[in-house]
Amino acid sequence: MSQEARARILHHLRQRTDRALSVPTSNFRVMTPDTPTREQMLERFERCLTSVHGEVIHTPAAQWTDALRDLLQARQLKRLLLPARHAVGVEARAALADTEVEPMTYDRPIEDWQSELFEKVEVSLTSTEGGIAETGSLILWPDADQPRLMSLVPPIHIAVLDADRLYPTFQEAMQREHWATRMPTNVLLISGPSKTADIEQTLAYGVHGPRELIVLVRHP
Amino acid sequence: MSSQEAVRHFHPRARDALNNPRIRQNFRRAMDGLMQKRATALQDHDTEALRDLGAAIRQRALSQLPDLLEQLEANCTRNGIQVHWAQDGDQACQIITDICQQQGARSVIKGKSMVSEEMELNHHLAEVGITALESDLGEYIVQLAEETPSHIIMPAIHKNTEEISELLHDKTGTQRSQDVDYLTASARAQMRQAFQRADVGLSGANFAIAETGTLCLVENEGNGRMSTTVPPCHIAVTGIEKVVQHLADVPPLLSLLTRSATGQHITTYLNMITGPRKAEEQDGPQAVHLVLVDNGRSDIYQDDQLLDTLRCIRCGACMNHCPVYTRVGGHTYGTTYPGPIGKILMPHLLGLEDTRDLPSASSLCGACGEVCPVRIPIPELLVRLRREAVDGDSSRPSVVRGHGVKRHWTEVGVWRAWAWLNSHPRCYRAALRLVMALRFLSPRRLGGWTRYRKAPRPAARSLHQHLLQRNRSSS
Repeated sequence: MSQEARARILHHLRQRTDRALSVPTSNFRVMTPDTPTREQMLERFERCLTSVHGEVIHTPAAQWTDALRDLLQARQLKRLLLPARHAVGVEARAALADTEVEPMTYDRPIEDWQSELFEKVEVSLTSTEGGIAETGSLILWPDADQPRLMSLVPPIHIAVLDADRLYPTFQEAMQREHWATRMPTNVLLISGPSKTADIEQTLAYGVHGPRELIVLVRHP
Repeated sequence: MSSQEAVRHFHPRARDALNNPRIRQNFRRAMDGLMQKRATALQDHDTEALRDLGAAIRQRALSQLPDLLEQLEANCTRNGIQVHWAQDGDQACQIITDICQQQGARSVIKGKSMVSEEMELNHHLAEVGITALESDLGEYIVQLAEETPSHIIMPAIHKNTEEISELLHDKTGTQRSQDVDYLTASARAQMRQAFQRADVGLSGANFAIAETGTLCLVENEGNGRMSTTVPPCHIAVTGIEKVVQHLADVPPLLSLLTRSATGQHITTYLNMITGPRKAEEQDGPQAVHLVLVDNGRSDIYQDDQLLDTLRCIRCGACMNHCPVYTRVGGHTYGTTYPGPIGKILMPHLLGLEDTRDLPSASSLCGACGEVCPVRIPIPELLVRLRREAVDGDSSRPSVVRGHGVKRHWTEVGVWRAWAWLNSHPRCYRAALRLVMALRFLSPRRLGGWTRYRKAPRPAARSLHQHLLQRNRSSS
């Protein structure tokens, strides 16, 4: 059925009786405003993210795990899901060894521990592929070490962003990093905690995904 | 087709809506807010240049639509996404039902998809014993109320908090409350169970990228990510016009979409899916299917002017700015897509027989055309469809189903006589004298015209006579 439908749809589209379509040129100039400085990008990133209820914490790169430890202690968060192999996970695990935090890893297929992930994990920690200044967005490329649901199911998501990996725009990030030739199974832009305005235009946070998004910005 | 029957009665529904203060208030408040937010969000951009770019990207994609669809299919297949084609809604429903049955599925969890509304998927699935649960909060509310969405972006916009609280109390046993956080949290708790139990996740797609074989989903809640990640099988269903050529075409369209729709610089999530779970990965669906639905779109594609309808990125800005939509609300239209975009799209999907009143349910104020992020000339298309509805003489067969449905022999006769009279001077003058002499006989009631206006009456003397006299007296 599908093959027959395919042939018919394509045939019908190619049968257009009207003239060939003329196409205006796509002028992308509007997407690349003047190059901002690092400070301008950081300022814009923070302004955008905090305006949608995201939280930004600045920390010197060398002491980032101290900032993480303080954060977890201040909120009394214990069950932390973190990457097993990525440096962010390895460093955090070492730094939290003498605390009450229980590190958890996503080292099994979701089917094997779904209810635990949904009900037990209090907070997750992930790395990022960078950030987008214009919209206050985080870029995540989930993989075997940091699967897709890590940034979605736990009620609080802590993401680590290096200040020198901020891109001015989405356009620039994908072009500079040649995404088109190497798209992974899933790419995410995350801009704040999950939210809805479906009840009378009133904003509510944490509808299906995390209620809180905290970004640790590491400065070199 | 009961739903199509329902479409026809636009005018009585419009009267009911206009007389319903709650509907008027709910829509007025929501639309005012949305217009304000859009204007604010577009302040820091060269809006007109961005709209030019958006229109150019969509036109470029449409100009090579069949090629891009083949490229999309090839790249998706290479990535492990199984591609299916459906000529109409019933075929698409059948394809989805077959996939569900092969999976042994009992339940489907749905992210937001207007195409699935268009083909009444939930109804089809229910017939074979598969329950479909809407997970977008607005869609969930509408589903509990056994209604249809009244707005393509905010489906439950016609209800206020009190009505929603009452509904959730009745159907799910939550406390009555005006606290939106509480209502949202209770929906979250119920939905989290559903995500874990569902056998299949179903979603739409905002953009399908031919170059990479990628599906893009734009959302704020995270229910779309849940639906496309937790269940073992993901089915995306979308119209054939949603394809774009390059990955680099996405940022401008995304920027236009979120700013135009809800006045956001960006939504909370952009979810780009380029394949099912790989062997070494721990989550994501084992199988991803893409169902490409035509349902009348390739007919629209045949006509140079009407084809602009297919540029639409479904932001809803046209309805947010429409004075008619704001007053009568989404349900009055009786169609899946309400408002200006619905008025130019639904006649193609359902035929003009059932949608004859839609193209004329407009004051042609032009607001929709001014805000459209991809510059669809909606007012011109409305005029075109009005003409299609009464046209019958055109030598070329029309691509619009139900072409000429409003053509009436008396109207045709009157205009023929008028044309003849005006091209025969003697008869014209004789007729003019007759009309002036018998002016006291002219009717006082002229249907809809005299409901709000006085009936026109022929003057005692014609313009011609007036001018003749003036020229005489001045010479």
